[in-house]
Amino acid sequence: MIHVRALRKRFGPRVVLDGIDARVRERECVAIVGPSGCGKSTLLRCLNALEPFDGGAVDIAGFALTGGAGPGRVAARALREAVGMVFQELHLFPHLTALENVALAPRVVAGRARAEAMDRGRELLARVGLGDRAESYPGELSGGQKQRVAIARAIAMPLKVLLLDEPTSALDPAMREEVREVVRSLSRENALTLVLATHEMRLASELADRVWAMKDGRIVAEGPPAEVL
Amino acid sequence: MSAEPRRARLGRLAQRAPLSVAWALACMIGCVVIARAAPARAETSNTASDTLAAVRERSELVWGGDIQGGEPYVFEDPRDPSHLVGFEVEIAGALARELGLKRARFAEVQWSNLVPSLERGDIDVVLNGLEDTPERRARLRLSRPYFVFHEVLAVQRGAPYRSLDDLRGKRVGTLNQTYALELLQGRPADRAVEIALYEGQEEPYYDLQVGRVDAVFLDHVIAARYGCPLAGVECLPGDQPRGTYVVGLRRGDAALAGAIDGALGRILASGELRRILETWHLWDDAQKGLASAHGPADAPDAYSAAPAPSLSRGQIVLFFQGAAVTIVLSVAAFAIAVPLGMLLAATRVNAGRLACVVATAYVELLRGTPVLLQLYVLYFGLAPVLRLGPITAATLGLGLNYAAYEAEVYRGALLAVPRGQTEAAAALGLGRWQALRYVMLPQAVRTALPAVTNDFVSLLKDSSLVSVLTVVELTKRMTIAAVEIRSWLGPGLLCAALYFAMSFPLSRLSRHLETRLENDPRPRIA
Repeated sequence: MIHVRALRKRFGPRVVLDGIDARVRERECVAIVGPSGCGKSTLLRCLNALEPFDGGAVDIAGFALTGGAGPGRVAARALREAVGMVFQELHLFPHLTALENVALAPRVVAGRARAEAMDRGRELLARVGLGDRAESYPGELSGGQKQRVAIARAIAMPLKVLLLDEPTSALDPAMREEVREVVRSLSRENALTLVLATHEMRLASELADRVWAMKDGRIVAEGPPAEVL
Repeated sequence: MSAEPRRARLGRLAQRAPLSVAWALACMIGCVVIARAAPARAETSNTASDTLAAVRERSELVWGGDIQGGEPYVFEDPRDPSHLVGFEVEIAGALARELGLKRARFAEVQWSNLVPSLERGDIDVVLNGLEDTPERRARLRLSRPYFVFHEVLAVQRGAPYRSLDDLRGKRVGTLNQTYALELLQGRPADRAVEIALYEGQEEPYYDLQVGRVDAVFLDHVIAARYGCPLAGVECLPGDQPRGTYVVGLRRGDAALAGAIDGALGRILASGELRRILETWHLWDDAQKGLASAHGPADAPDAYSAAPAPSLSRGQIVLFFQGAAVTIVLSVAAFAIAVPLGMLLAATRVNAGRLACVVATAYVELLRGTPVLLQLYVLYFGLAPVLRLGPITAATLGLGLNYAAYEAEVYRGALLAVPRGQTEAAAALGLGRWQALRYVMLPQAVRTALPAVTNDFVSLLKDSSLVSVLTVVELTKRMTIAAVEIRSWLGPGLLCAALYFAMSFPLSRLSRHLETRLENDPRPRIA
């Protein structure tokens, strides 16, 4: 599903990704662990074509990205309909309700009828345990609730791959549990390929089939959680 | 869940709005009362001998006129623009000499403000095609005439009109503060025409050429130079009303008036006046009557007919009509400015390089030149290719100008939307314009709202500029009334009160929106 070859990326003089080679199989869940600044987030952003890279190549969900020039705008949009992303900072749309956040892309990008998109949005919110908060604005939700809205918003599109950047980092323990449950159900029930960047060893060891340990822009260890962690 | 607090907020706004409106209304009513009661400005302390003595002491006669009146009255010499020429320049020189003064000094005053300026004491006399009318006799002291004119009706060549009677209900252009205007205003209701008021003498004929007025009614000196020679314009023959040009003086200046009458009599008798008029091709048989004409100024009884010193009920109604024009014009112009501004801002933030350059050029050009200039270009400059009516041109001109300002407000607001919002939209597969439409703009509009409301208040006040396009809105109404009743205080206060009544609730609304925005939970998340 994902094949990364010799991926290199620099910000000015600083090398952020220094030759990444890795594969993710279909319906696999991979956790990227490592200290802050090791390149986890940048790697995720490269996979989603949000960040152009300098060298190497990425095959993801049937799309091919190469280093140098960024992908064309049309190609990038098509890719993002198959590859979703949940940002560490979430970036929910503050002017829309939880339900409208979830229904926006199906309506605007996939061209669904409004009623249909709203119904499906309600279903998704119910699945992440927020059936009763559909009409709330993001500013009125707790951290864990916001995180779950962000996940529901991402999976509202017919995805093959979902990238999650630090899904539990800003949450207290009880909320972490809520989110962990949702992510667990995604990998089991939605047939999604998951790549998640995280600090949290417990999340990685419970959810991931494999773990990549990153340091200074390289993958320094790779294998089942029990071996790497 | 969130509907409840929002409803409560709206409720609070609903409770507060009538308060501020009521306050503004009270203020306005107070001003109407003051405006009606305000006495005309006390007669200046210039007694008759004072001005003549003052003139003699400085050995200089200060005469007021408007260079915009152009050839042949007083204008800049095309060969040497620092030098003024014109038949009135020569008459003023001759008068100064006859009074035993060293020189006559010209003072530029906008034509329609010549009389108020004289009364204020800025100038000693008005010498600029001032016509002898009953109203002026009542208000000023007038000299004996120095020129005889007749009115000329100009129409489009081939038009069916032969006289003013044929023009019932049609648009007839003339200049503010002229005898022609008084004649038009004095027509009985069943033969009334719609009057279009201009400030310069070229514009009405220009508008006649392009069909924005059906006729122009002005004196023969203006008509012969600025109207009749134009292609497509026909000056109708026929016995039109005659009148005379006189020197205007303050009512109390009997001594100066006597001296000027004497001086005029001497340059008439010596043939100098005739020679001056001949130089400017103004001499005709009608001028022979000048020798026997006497000044009307020695009829003190006329003074008792001075106009009412306060605003009449009818004038106050006209003020409210002017305010209605102002508000309709401003709303319509803003209805152009907001969407166009949004489009420009979106283009600058989002579009390709070429479109962005075009939008930037538009914004900079419109912000970098005076709106007055833009109105002139739109109305007069583009007339050969685009014939806009005065109201349309005014609305469009203000709208296009304010669009540039709105564009900057929205651009700032768009740039203030966090970058993460754009990325989130992109990550969901939204295109750039979709992201703009569904994610960026709705947030930017909320941020921009207080600034936009403020801009509307500015627009309301800037709309006074459109009076140059013959639109009579609130400020124009004020200047007309002020000249009519010889006082700026009452009309000024009433005008200010009306503007304030319109803008104050909006300022309050703007402040309210700002507070509401700060307390709103919606924009406050990461």
